[in-house]
Amino acid sequence: MREQLEGSQAVARTVARCRPRVVAAYPISPQTHIVERLSDLVRSGDLAPCEYLMVESEFGAMSACIGASAVGARTYTATASQGLLFMAEALFNVSGLGLPVVMTVANRAIGAPINIWNDHSDAMSQRDCGWVQLFAASNQEAVDLHVQAFVLAERLSSPVMVCMDGFVLTHAVEAIDVPDQAEVDAFVPPFVPRQMLDPTDPVTIGAMVGPEAFTEVKYLMHRRQQQALAEIPSIAADFAARFGRTSGGVVHPYRTDDADTVVVALGSALGSVCRVVDDLRAEGTSVGALGITCFRPWPEAEVRAALAGARHVVVLERAFSPGAGGIVGRDVRTSIGSRTPVVDAVVGLGGRPVSRATVRRVLEDVSAGRLTPDDLHFPDLRRDLIDSEPATRGGPRA
Amino acid sequence: MRETKLYQIGTFAVGNRLLDPEDRSAQASPDRANSITSGHRACQGCGEALGARYVLDAAMRAADGDVVVTNSTGCLEVFSTPYPESSWQIPWVHSLFGNGPAVAAGMAAGLRASGRTSTRVVGQAGDGGTVDIGFGCLSGMFERNDDVLFVCYDNQGYMNTGVQRSAATPPAARTANTGVIGDEPGNAFGQGKFVPLIAMAHEIPYVATATVADLHDLEDKVTRAMGMHGARYLHVLVPCPLGWAAAPAETIRLARLAVESGLFPVFEAEHGEVTAVTSIRGKVPVDDYLRLQGRYAHLFGDPGRPDLVARLQALADRNVVRFGLLDSDDGTQNASLGS
Ligand SMILES: Cc1ncc(C[n+]2csc(CCOP(=O)(O)OP(=O)(O)O)c2C)c(N)n1
Ligand code: SF4
Ligand SMILES: [Mg+2]
Repeated sequence: MREQLEGSQAVARTVARCRPRVVAAYPISPQTHIVERLSDLVRSGDLAPCEYLMVESEFGAMSACIGASAVGARTYTATASQGLLFMAEALFNVSGLGLPVVMTVANRAIGAPINIWNDHSDAMSQRDCGWVQLFAASNQEAVDLHVQAFVLAERLSSPVMVCMDGFVLTHAVEAIDVPDQAEVDAFVPPFVPRQMLDPTDPVTIGAMVGPEAFTEVKYLMHRRQQQALAEIPSIAADFAARFGRTSGGVVHPYRTDDADTVVVALGSALGSVCRVVDDLRAEGTSVGALGITCFRPWPEAEVRAALAGARHVVVLERAFSPGAGGIVGRDVRTSIGSRTPVVDAVVGLGGRPVSRATVRRVLEDVSAGRLTPDDLHFPDLRRDLIDSEPATRGGPRA
Repeated sequence: MRETKLYQIGTFAVGNRLLDPEDRSAQASPDRANSITSGHRACQGCGEALGARYVLDAAMRAADGDVVVTNSTGCLEVFSTPYPESSWQIPWVHSLFGNGPAVAAGMAAGLRASGRTSTRVVGQAGDGGTVDIGFGCLSGMFERNDDVLFVCYDNQGYMNTGVQRSAATPPAARTANTGVIGDEPGNAFGQGKFVPLIAMAHEIPYVATATVADLHDLEDKVTRAMGMHGARYLHVLVPCPLGWAAAPAETIRLARLAVESGLFPVFEAEHGEVTAVTSIRGKVPVDDYLRLQGRYAHLFGDPGRPDLVARLQALADRNVVRFGLLDSDDGTQNASLGS
């Protein structure tokens, strides 16, 4: 049923309907509304049986998820930003152990300077931690991705992160269709763990592995991630068949077929990008958009196919690697080869809005040759602030 | 079963086959779980390997074999699970160095939510994994009163990484990063923490200390702890021949002398109050304990450091008074701590 709901409330209700047995979470903006609501649902008995652990830190949250998942319980947590970093050691452990934990990341910048607003630095910083990373373009997709994430995680025995833009999605109230309990039950089968701690069948989980077999463990992890690239579209297709709407998958191409220039984006910015595409198309400019839903594993073949006809590619980066360049752009370049120039444009850091005007300006600058593929660009940079920095403070001058 | 005549009596003897069957230790039983079996890579005389077997076999007996275990990174984890082998005959998971108590809390929550309420959770870690890097998670597990027995195997240092200092390393002890250098050689005085007291401050149902020297006492405490629910903490002194530079054959003697000197108080507490103290049967000077260990060798050479030995003696004497470790003439204990 479609209802006016805050994104966080919708996600919390959806997660509850996926029937996690253990929720362990530590509050951090902009994730708080999700975990507060889940606490209510557990306390009221609407989500039962479920244990809600109010842990002492995000490291504790993810570690409790490890324990719960190891005894065979479906397990969920949510975090953002500093909290995700505080979990970092445990994140690698979860994927290494192959535990199907599902986590929402309410994407937020990382300090210093401390900043609670949206960008993708948090998720990107954990790019290589072995989790599937799905990015929601809208609150409806965030809801739907959570349902799909539990299926995916448990099918692969691999953890899944559902990334949704902090505030822009988590705190936005809009009409959202939260699948009802019967629909979710029909879609998410009961959790059958691949292995678990059970006194009737003792196993050792998390042994020390030396040079003789470590590569093989990591290789299998890689293969499992590649398998996810096939599972994700198939789960999305099942979802579409049952729920009648398209959500998930690995990429969302939008009017790319005959597009001269394609803008690549992740998360909520995709909406603005598609609107600009429509506007520019109406004005006779040949542009398209490519939304990346699945950032890890990286859908190389799908990206290559979607960008096959493009003569220019622009990547909107919501995080970057200081001193090196764009993060998504590098993956795009590897996928399509040097034939097509790729412009990396860092926009919307620390909550600076990615407006339609911004996207439009970026595209105009690209077509005017002002943004070139050989540099990392910051199209929404405030030159006035940079220039007003007193020279006496030292450091680089821009 | 045939009665075996072995001249083992008294609480310090392993097995106690002369006792009535129901009073015998779990270790005396041929049916014990043998939770950690032979073939692991611990050093000769490793107190931690011994402690883990004692504790888990007792826990298995108390819970009818319905136990799941987590183990933080450290010697015990490393020497017991070199892939593709494992010494564990019970369900066992290792995650990280600093998260054992949180993993255990998650296990307890997962079991409860899954309706597997008879299955009990034991967490175990070295002193580093418990009192230092795992301390935040430990305190959280305590204050939530999660249904976990957490066991610290205290060998007074980071042994797995080559014998560095932890917050449980005693003063004056030489470690790889508290060298015999300067005016105060070895670990500094006036630092460190005794986590059993901090555990008590959480007012959890049960806190106890024990050593591998007194099997019956250790098993009794495990059994008592397993008979309760909520957060329980057991801090077991486990001598480490390698880290302490002591002879492997002295492990039990060292654990006993740590107690008999007063340096390691053995007691129990419930809900924040001390309920029982193991009194010292024949108090020994700290020298007797220290001289057996190369980590204190710098205190005894020529010229030696009698001043530092005296400071250690003062710490032992303080424990004696504080915990009432000596029976007074009228048979009552004189503790300044607890009831
Ligand atoms: C986050 C992290 N920091 C450091 C280490 C290295 N490390 C592994 S075991 C260990 C010391 C273990 O000491 P303790 O817990 O006392 O166990 P022991 O080996 O003495 O039994 C250290 C420092 C690690 N594995 N993880
Ligand atoms: S170093 Fe110490 S704790 Fe580690 S295995 Fe050897 S004796 Fe046991
Ligand atoms: Mg230690």
